[in-house]
Amino acid sequence: MSSRLLPEPLARLPWRVLLLVMAIALFGQVVLYSAAGGSIRPWAWSQGIRFFVLLAAALAVSRVPERSWKAIALPAYAAIVLALVAVEALGAVRGGSQRWLDLGFIRIQPSEFMKPAIVLACAKFYDMLPAAETRRFGAVWPAAVLIGVPAGLVMLQPDLGTALMICAGGATVMFLAGIPLRLFVGGALGVMVAIPLAFTFFLHDYQRNRILIFLDPESDPLGTGYHISQSKIAIGSGGIWGKGFLQGTQSHLDYLPEGHTDFVFATMAEEWGLVGGCLLILAFLLVIRWGIEVGQRANTRFARLTAAGLATTIFFYVAINLMMVMGLAPVVGIPLPLVSFGSSAQMTVLLCLGILMSIDRENRRAARW
Amino acid sequence: MRRPPRIVSEAMQTASFSRRAWLLGAAQAGVGVMLAGRMAWLSIAENERYNLLAESNRVNATLIPPRRGWLIDRHGLPIANNRTDFRVDILPDRLRDDERVIALLAQILKLPPEEVARLRIDLERAPGFQPVQVAERLDWERFAAVSVRLPELPGVQPTRGFARHYPLGAAVAHLTGYVGAPTAEQFKETRNPLYVTPGFKLGKDGLEKMLEDRLRGQPGAKRVEVTARGKLVAELATRPDIPGRNARLTIDAGLQEYAARRLGTNSGSAVVLDCRTGEMLCMVSMPAYDPNSFSDGISHLEWSMLSENDHVPLMNKVTQGLYPPGSTVKPMNTLALMAAGVAPTERVFCSGAMRVGTGVFHCHKRGGHGPVDMKTAVAQSCDIYFFEMIRRLGYDKIAPVARELGLGRKFDLPFSTQRFGTVPDSAWKQRKYKDRWTIADGLNASIGQGYVLANPLQLAVMAARIASGRALQPSILADHVHHDAPALPFQSEQLQLVREAMWAVVNGGGTGVASRLQIPGMSIAAKTGTAQVRRITMAERRAGVLNNGQLPFKLRDHALFVCFAPYENPRYAAGIVLEHNGHTIRNLDTPLIGRDIMTYLLDRERALKSLAEVEPTWGGDIQTRMAAEAAAYRAEHAPAPAAAATKTDAVVPTDAPAVEAATDLANRTQETLATDGPSGETPAEQGTTENSQ
Repeated sequence: MSSRLLPEPLARLPWRVLLLVMAIALFGQVVLYSAAGGSIRPWAWSQGIRFFVLLAAALAVSRVPERSWKAIALPAYAAIVLALVAVEALGAVRGGSQRWLDLGFIRIQPSEFMKPAIVLACAKFYDMLPAAETRRFGAVWPAAVLIGVPAGLVMLQPDLGTALMICAGGATVMFLAGIPLRLFVGGALGVMVAIPLAFTFFLHDYQRNRILIFLDPESDPLGTGYHISQSKIAIGSGGIWGKGFLQGTQSHLDYLPEGHTDFVFATMAEEWGLVGGCLLILAFLLVIRWGIEVGQRANTRFARLTAAGLATTIFFYVAINLMMVMGLAPVVGIPLPLVSFGSSAQMTVLLCLGILMSIDRENRRAARW
Repeated sequence: MRRPPRIVSEAMQTASFSRRAWLLGAAQAGVGVMLAGRMAWLSIAENERYNLLAESNRVNATLIPPRRGWLIDRHGLPIANNRTDFRVDILPDRLRDDERVIALLAQILKLPPEEVARLRIDLERAPGFQPVQVAERLDWERFAAVSVRLPELPGVQPTRGFARHYPLGAAVAHLTGYVGAPTAEQFKETRNPLYVTPGFKLGKDGLEKMLEDRLRGQPGAKRVEVTARGKLVAELATRPDIPGRNARLTIDAGLQEYAARRLGTNSGSAVVLDCRTGEMLCMVSMPAYDPNSFSDGISHLEWSMLSENDHVPLMNKVTQGLYPPGSTVKPMNTLALMAAGVAPTERVFCSGAMRVGTGVFHCHKRGGHGPVDMKTAVAQSCDIYFFEMIRRLGYDKIAPVARELGLGRKFDLPFSTQRFGTVPDSAWKQRKYKDRWTIADGLNASIGQGYVLANPLQLAVMAARIASGRALQPSILADHVHHDAPALPFQSEQLQLVREAMWAVVNGGGTGVASRLQIPGMSIAAKTGTAQVRRITMAERRAGVLNNGQLPFKLRDHALFVCFAPYENPRYAAGIVLEHNGHTIRNLDTPLIGRDIMTYLLDRERALKSLAEVEPTWGGDIQTRMAAEAAAYRAEHAPAPAAAATKTDAVVPTDAPAVEAATDLANRTQETLATDGPSGETPAEQGTTENSQ
């Protein structure tokens, strides 16, 4: 953006990525408008309002200097872990699992905040760790604990999707921090062993069911497999160019369940086709690439790890959700950020973007000086 | 031993980060490409499949039952057609204020409480877009009453559909069979949605069942867009039905009806064949049910009335009734005798009885016929002539000729069950009873009793083959006529002699003089027959054989008749069997019935006039008599009104177990008589009791 046309603070905003994000969100609202049968209520309107409020909040967050993030990384992490414990405890007291913490004026979902927080915490840890220690065991176990505790708590809720994302976010930072590759290879092998064990001992019946049905959706076309089958029908019947705006039958005739939340991509694909889908995927990839570039341009180890880690968190959102709706992953309840109706994912992703912009600001300042 | 860890500097760490961040980005781009690829696979490669699935989600087709193809007679007259049916359905989705609407409908249509209960259950179970039947076959008044009050009846659909109609009613029942709603089992077997569409009927019996594929047609579809919850969104274009194909029969509808009426109160059957082609011109089994009311589903009362009737109206006697052919086999016998070298002029002296071993065999004429040659033996139906001849030659010489003329044969006809009887010989008896063939067996068989059993169609075929000299095959579908039947392996003089003998039966002072045709220049050739269904003991014979009129119905003799006409140039052949007729009433006996049926073909006016004269003597035409019978039965078995209204599932085909059993029972009587062993102490005394007038 030309600094001659805009006042200095505005001109310094990363406009390219902001426009991209706004485009995605706007497209999301168009899809929600259609999902509601051609009405801005109940979804598109409130989603739009919330988006701009949260975008403003993200811009505000971007003013927070990098050192503040570094300072609050571990305390924030600790606070969220406590909140997770509180959720568990309340759930135990009230008899029944829950994910929310009701603070009276607002209900928050601590596990959602844990997604960026785990990235920050791990980045902070590796920032503190002397470079020479990177290849020692001491570089691994604290991070593993940092990841394991919240992931375990979230699993208890039970929320497989979020737990997976926390693990993935933390592991990404570990990978970027230079932990020996063989640990990841070994870890991958370990996971392969652990999956059948977890499947047998840790997963709830409904989660186990989802995985079984993911493996064979047609086995239960009217039960849990219904979601995947109908989603694939919506995407597949959209063809290359889609059925046209407001012409989707799967969503309008209620065959596609959760067509405005987790399966919003299917609603979109039915009406906008392969073209719309590829453009949306491309837009997300560009946003994520920007995030990784921010990390590569960053000057401090903390900023580098944080930026690339947060970008990857956004990536996991998108990738898991799309794999889910296209029948490549079990239904784990991860929404498509900025498009799906709902505040949690939107808030998390915009918070990530805010932090990324904050690091970007720092980079540019450093570059200017 | 563990390798000491590599020392990592900050610079190395930065370089490592760059590498790994690049790697991460590349992996993410890879996943992006993979997702795009997956999407392309779904939306391009599998697009067609998913489009179909999406369409089948979206569109729900309400089937329109196809119009059934007609059954038409040889001249194109309808035997089974479709008439407009006024019906009322409910579209559950559009139904508001259910209770009020149902109550109002019940009041307008005068629905019995059971029907209302059924309607409620159907409404509960049906998906919203699928119409549910309220009532069918409504009269115009009730239909109009619903149509007028439609604004008060949201969701109610008065519809004009089609219902099967048999203009000739009971006269064609065993020919056409009838139609009915598919059963739950049939739906489960096929999962064909058409089977649960209101108004759809399929063939349950007879030709309707056997020709189902040809007659059914393709259903039309009223297509509607529905939501996942079955709510109707919009009506789409309607696809019209493709009516089923018509089937032209060789039957002459006029003759069919005439023969059915002419049989009167008899429990009997009549088949007429065209002597040139083997086409079946009529196939009548009476009494019968009314296929029109059967196609609606019949009441328990109607069902029990039909199944209790000793005239077995549910049995198709033409293809399923088996009877000892009696003396009707005698012309065939003479053909066999000539083929075995017996000279027609050779005489046998009939003294009225004949001793074979320890048994005595009687002729039907107590005093005997005196000396008889072959022609006289047929004309006078002399039993002793055939006893003597067959005692000399053995029945194994006769049986092949019997088969040659169609006895014991199964024909290629579209009827699910044909019982084809027995032509016995020594090998057959050895096989079936592990027993030796006796002379008495042969003598009994020679007069069409004992083990010999045939159905009326076979008798007609026998007559047609004698008349034509060719191995005619009967046919009933106009496109399946067996032309070019080969000649029979007999000399034409031999055949001619048989025909002359049959002529003499009617016109030469024989046993069938009553059949004499009253059309100048034409004459009929025939053979009468009587089949005993009981044993006449020595004691009874001494005291005087009981008159048939003194016997209960089930013990009276069967009356049989085969004929062809005109003798001068044979065109038509017929076989008539009257169960337990006993030759008691002249107008209702075979000779006059046979004569009138032939007269219908040769001089219709005369035949109709003669029927108009005699029909009132036995209580009027078929419908009148059936109505009277039903009323009498109803009065006798006064049911609670509710029971009368309950409909049975209209599954009572004539091959249903109950009917099978009844048919079996009727046929077994004959077999029992045969196997009681007409040898040794108990002499077989089944003589023919011809009513020579």
